Amino acid sequence: MELLSGGDMLVRALHEAGVEYIYGYPGGSLLHVYDAVYKQSAVKHVLVRHEQAAAHMADGYARATGKPGVVMVTSGPGATNTVTGIATAFTDSIPMVVISGQVMSHLVGDDAFQETDMLGVSRPIVKHSFSVRRPEEIPELVAKAFYIASTGRPGPVVIDIPKDMTMPNERYEYSYPKKVKLRSYTPPQRGHSGQIKKAVELLLKAKRPVIYAGGGVIIDGSSDKLRALVDRLDFPCTQTLMGLGCYPGTGDRSLGMLGMHGTYEANMAMHNADVILAVGARFDDRVTNATNKFCPDAKIVHIDIDPSSISKTIMVDVPIVGPVGNVLEEMMALLDEAGETPDADAIASWWKQINEWRPRHAMRYEKNDNGLMKPQEVIEAMWKATNGDAFVTSDVGQHQMFAAQYYKFDKPNRWINSGGLGTMGFGFPAAMGVKMNFPDHDVVCVTGEGSIQMNIQEMSTCLQYGIPVKILCLNNGSLGMVRQWQDMNYEGRHSNSYMESLPDFVALAEAYGHVGIQVKSRDELPQALEDALVKYKDRLVFLDVAVDPEEHVYPMQVPMGSMRDMWLSKTERT
Amino acid sequence: MRHIISILLENEPGALSRVVGLFAQRGYNIETLTVAPTEDETLSRLTMTTHGDDRKIEQITKQLNKLIEVVKLVDLSEGQHIERELMLIKVKAVGAQRAEIKRTADIFRGQIVDVSPSVYTIQLTGATDKLEAFIEAIGTAQVLETVRTGVSGISRGEKVLSI
Repeated sequence: MELLSGGDMLVRALHEAGVEYIYGYPGGSLLHVYDAVYKQSAVKHVLVRHEQAAAHMADGYARATGKPGVVMVTSGPGATNTVTGIATAFTDSIPMVVISGQVMSHLVGDDAFQETDMLGVSRPIVKHSFSVRRPEEIPELVAKAFYIASTGRPGPVVIDIPKDMTMPNERYEYSYPKKVKLRSYTPPQRGHSGQIKKAVELLLKAKRPVIYAGGGVIIDGSSDKLRALVDRLDFPCTQTLMGLGCYPGTGDRSLGMLGMHGTYEANMAMHNADVILAVGARFDDRVTNATNKFCPDAKIVHIDIDPSSISKTIMVDVPIVGPVGNVLEEMMALLDEAGETPDADAIASWWKQINEWRPRHAMRYEKNDNGLMKPQEVIEAMWKATNGDAFVTSDVGQHQMFAAQYYKFDKPNRWINSGGLGTMGFGFPAAMGVKMNFPDHDVVCVTGEGSIQMNIQEMSTCLQYGIPVKILCLNNGSLGMVRQWQDMNYEGRHSNSYMESLPDFVALAEAYGHVGIQVKSRDELPQALEDALVKYKDRLVFLDVAVDPEEHVYPMQVPMGSMRDMWLSKTERT
Repeated sequence: MRHIISILLENEPGALSRVVGLFAQRGYNIETLTVAPTEDETLSRLTMTTHGDDRKIEQITKQLNKLIEVVKLVDLSEGQHIERELMLIKVKAVGAQRAEIKRTADIFRGQIVDVSPSVYTIQLTGATDKLEAFIEAIGTAQVLETVRTGVSGISRGEKVLSI
């Protein structure tokens, strides 16, 4: 048996857990660990400029690869700076392991320098957390942390390590467990057969069905299975903000996104449905609108790995607790066995109805004559320029919704945004985490001049590690979504939603050693996109694109209404 | 409706704070809470009472079950069960009241566990409503101090909560 120090054990265990990159920032309580990092090359460390960005990078990595992202930060402020990143991952069920340093065990509780109760601070936003009490338990805790983070409904796990657990001269027997078992944690492996059978019977009888697919499909890696079921049944499929790409956005059976800024046809289909199959979605308030008016005629089947997601906001008729992929497979098998198909006439007339809804709004927007672009056309141009095949990350606000609406994601794991928590400052570091692991793919961060400034310092990290992401900044000089709500609900009083004294983003990008391109009008955009993607393929490019500040995101559900109550433009309501 | 939720919890530092934190975080109410080790030193038994409709209680039990340190959980109020609470109550006892209070304590099968010239300290066990009935019988004006353990409970019959 090999003898290793706590610091060496930690780094070795991370390697055995399959870690390629650690995103982090050193500090006093982690110096022994950072020395251990220095002495090896199997696990690479990426030094960020702010710990929040480390968490978002790890998160972006996890969303694109499906593997847990790893963050390493020192005690006190290092740890607390990750809190927003941890909460972001928690809300969107993203696997993440956060190693936080801690002061020496004998100083814990003394208000020592850079001491924070990280387990206490992070408790409501983690799936689980550990504190290391004996150095020899480090490998086991690492293995447990990765197991918990990545199984069941994934989520972040914090490991808090007091400095004296990593002393270089104190060595212990190292052994990494081959298998992890926790008596109190057994994520479901399959759905209940009786329930699945009931669900299939309901689906076969449906006359106005909708499949409502969410991020759980992507997390489970089951997009192919979902696609097979949708196509087999010939049912319409709408996706949540987190689920975009789990069914091809350009597919005929796709209704696009549903909910607050969903398409007219998706929200109409949901409201009028007689059977809804919810797959890995959680009936979020941004989807349902008023719960008491939600889909009045629908029988609801809900597949989710987390029992607490079921009947939390909306009571469902057939709950199925289990991994999405396994349940979908069983459904397909039952359909094969039964040899039945849904009522073809009913489904055909349902499609006829849906196809009548489609042209009502059809994601129309009016272009300006003066060349000042609408944000929508920028996204459409970017979609074309990247052949619809880029990894797109976003921050939060209007630009996020425009990206979700106008970039048609045909593949899962390509759309990476903070859907649940709505974290501004997420997009850029997340894009970095993606790009490092997919160097040959276009990775575009769609952002705004508000959001990008929340983590803009990471341009420095990008230069150090050569991370050529493309930043597409839809610059309308205002916090667009706040401004939209102020227009709609506060008689246009733009309280603090106008950004004065914006930096010269082009000069800023250049100061950081990158390429900046300003785009002021429509005719400049195609060339700018081509330069960013082709000419400067291996450089970070900051595209500062002026867009119309007056534009609103539509459709938009009317507050407290049902799914079908929507504004379709500034003047048109359903 | 009032529910008694009984939990087998990993006997580890921080486990209790996760349970309590969950209630605060999700806006659930804890009425009573009691926790102590079991015969298996790796496990604690935690009993709490809370109020809510069926849907709320279902969410509470599901959320509790998600905590990694919650090994097993039962809502005792769903079946036949026994519940007990222990109360130590200090009451004014002077003159003629002394005999009256002693009689009342006897009726409720309480024990006087400490005596001073003007004060009795009485120990009483039973279900919550019995303890409340006792306080009412004594009269709140007489009560100097009450200390209650919160509800402990166990299922009737063969049913056990164990791993």
